[in-house]
Amino acid sequence: MDRQESGRKPFRWHILVFLLPATSVYTLVMIYPLAETLRLSLFREVDNSTVFVGLANFADLFFDSRWSDQFWNALWNNIYFFIVNMLVQNPIGIALAALLSIPRLRGRSFYRTAIFLPTLLSFVIVGFGWKLILSPLWGVAPTLLDFVGLKFLFAPWLGKEAYALTTVALVSVWQFIGLPMILIYAALLSIPEELMEAAECDGVTGAAQFWKIKLPLILPTIGIISILTFVGNFNAFDLIYTMQGALAGPNFSTDLLGTLLYRTFFGHQLQLGDPNMGATVATVMFLIILSGVALYLFVIQRRITRYQM
Amino acid sequence: MRLSHRSLTRSALIHLILGAYTVIALFPVILIAINSFKTRKAIFRSPLSLPDTESFSLIGYETVLKQGDFFGYFLNSLTVTLVSLFFVLLFGAMAAFALSEYRFRGNTLTGLYLALGIMIPIRLGTVAILQMMADLQLVNTLWSLILVYTAQGLPLAIFILSEFMRQISDDLKNAGRIDGLSEYVIFYRLVLPLVCPAMATVAVFTMIPIWNDLWFPLILAPGEETKTITLGAQVFIGQFVTNWNAVLAALTLAIVPVLVLYVIFSRQLIAGITSGAVK
Repeated sequence: MDRQESGRKPFRWHILVFLLPATSVYTLVMIYPLAETLRLSLFREVDNSTVFVGLANFADLFFDSRWSDQFWNALWNNIYFFIVNMLVQNPIGIALAALLSIPRLRGRSFYRTAIFLPTLLSFVIVGFGWKLILSPLWGVAPTLLDFVGLKFLFAPWLGKEAYALTTVALVSVWQFIGLPMILIYAALLSIPEELMEAAECDGVTGAAQFWKIKLPLILPTIGIISILTFVGNFNAFDLIYTMQGALAGPNFSTDLLGTLLYRTFFGHQLQLGDPNMGATVATVMFLIILSGVALYLFVIQRRITRYQM
Repeated sequence: MRLSHRSLTRSALIHLILGAYTVIALFPVILIAINSFKTRKAIFRSPLSLPDTESFSLIGYETVLKQGDFFGYFLNSLTVTLVSLFFVLLFGAMAAFALSEYRFRGNTLTGLYLALGIMIPIRLGTVAILQMMADLQLVNTLWSLILVYTAQGLPLAIFILSEFMRQISDDLKNAGRIDGLSEYVIFYRLVLPLVCPAMATVAVFTMIPIWNDLWFPLILAPGEETKTITLGAQVFIGQFVTNWNAVLAALTLAIVPVLVLYVIFSRQLIAGITSGAVK
């Protein structure tokens, strides 16, 4: 009836019914709080009333030494953490995937399952487990180093300002290496047989085959891995919290933006928690992650040549 | 002859490298597990040896079971994970069906809006989430966690499921329409069974971060009644830091459920990732 009168299709209620639960939960619990957090970063609590202060919180965070020392420290640590993850985790992950994808490899699924296992463990297990292993009290690490004649290298790494961050970053690498490995492995499997056969006919084999043919084909996947690592690292909190505590010791040397956000929001020791400064830190993290994702989507992803397979 | 000899060395080398990395990946887990069954003295004297009749001890497990309500924590984790998973799969599949099946104004825009959450971590909204949960009086309830995890899981679930639903042939659905089936029945009877494998993949991806999360239990539900196993283990270990038997036992107990799930689902998980990328 409607259709004849107005010349339009009737309103399709079922579309709304299908979409409504997901969009409302998502909007209410994710998008609204994110927007609200961005808004809170522009306000401040003064004498029990909330006052709009513009960008003053950001100015404090960047330049007032009460906040800025901790902030810049956490930011640089976070960048370093990301660089270590990129440089160690992804090349090793790619190498393992390349080895795993060799045809007719025996025990492939065992290796794959075993190497992926740490990725599934919770940070509590990973963090405390490594803390125990690296502890000079237990002495597992020096014993093991002694086996290979490198005992002199041992130091209580987690307790030394100079090494703690690198150590924690390497533990993070250990935990997450399964992800690049499995994604690259999947990408390598999807390269058609004929392509490799053609390469062999042209005399391109072994390592040259990997560098010249396979690597360009898996570049998009390497791009995805990089952005996943970026988002994960600039959002990291749990591993530091379990290994080094909320104070990210020794002397804040393992402090990342995530732990800084936690301390700013909830307070610690003598400092009281401050929701508005917490929101400010979260906003900065949001902007960092957003610009990383935008850079990936609009610049890197478009430059990468995709080959039709 | 020479060729086969060379390929033998080559394959030995490959196994050596992969084997070495497998040892690196498994060693910490095995070390924790074997030492959790030893006496304190044996843990320190010979950490690398297996427990024998002399060094075998369950004292760590006794402490854990006496001190913490680990069974309660475990039930909390299970409830939160399963209920969130149910909502993510149900709401996610419904939204994915709407986005992949119908053309309507705002379709692409809705898809993009829902995809935002794949890249932006929900953690950044914590300040406002805590305020909202406090206003709704949901702090220290499992519902606060379920709501957050449902919202967190939906974007990726919708993205993956709508990719899969696009591949289902229109003929089947149109045949259903000619038979007079409503859109709801088509979704429930025809489409859902066909995307079951994809749902299993989404389930595994959704489950792991929920089970392992420490941040939201710490902030939204730190009460004794609502602690999840991850938070419970964290707090317990923090208190018993010098009791190595107890710490190692708690860690081993925390590993077991993940290990069991992984053994059951590892094929599904890896097949899921592989098939997703093959497309």
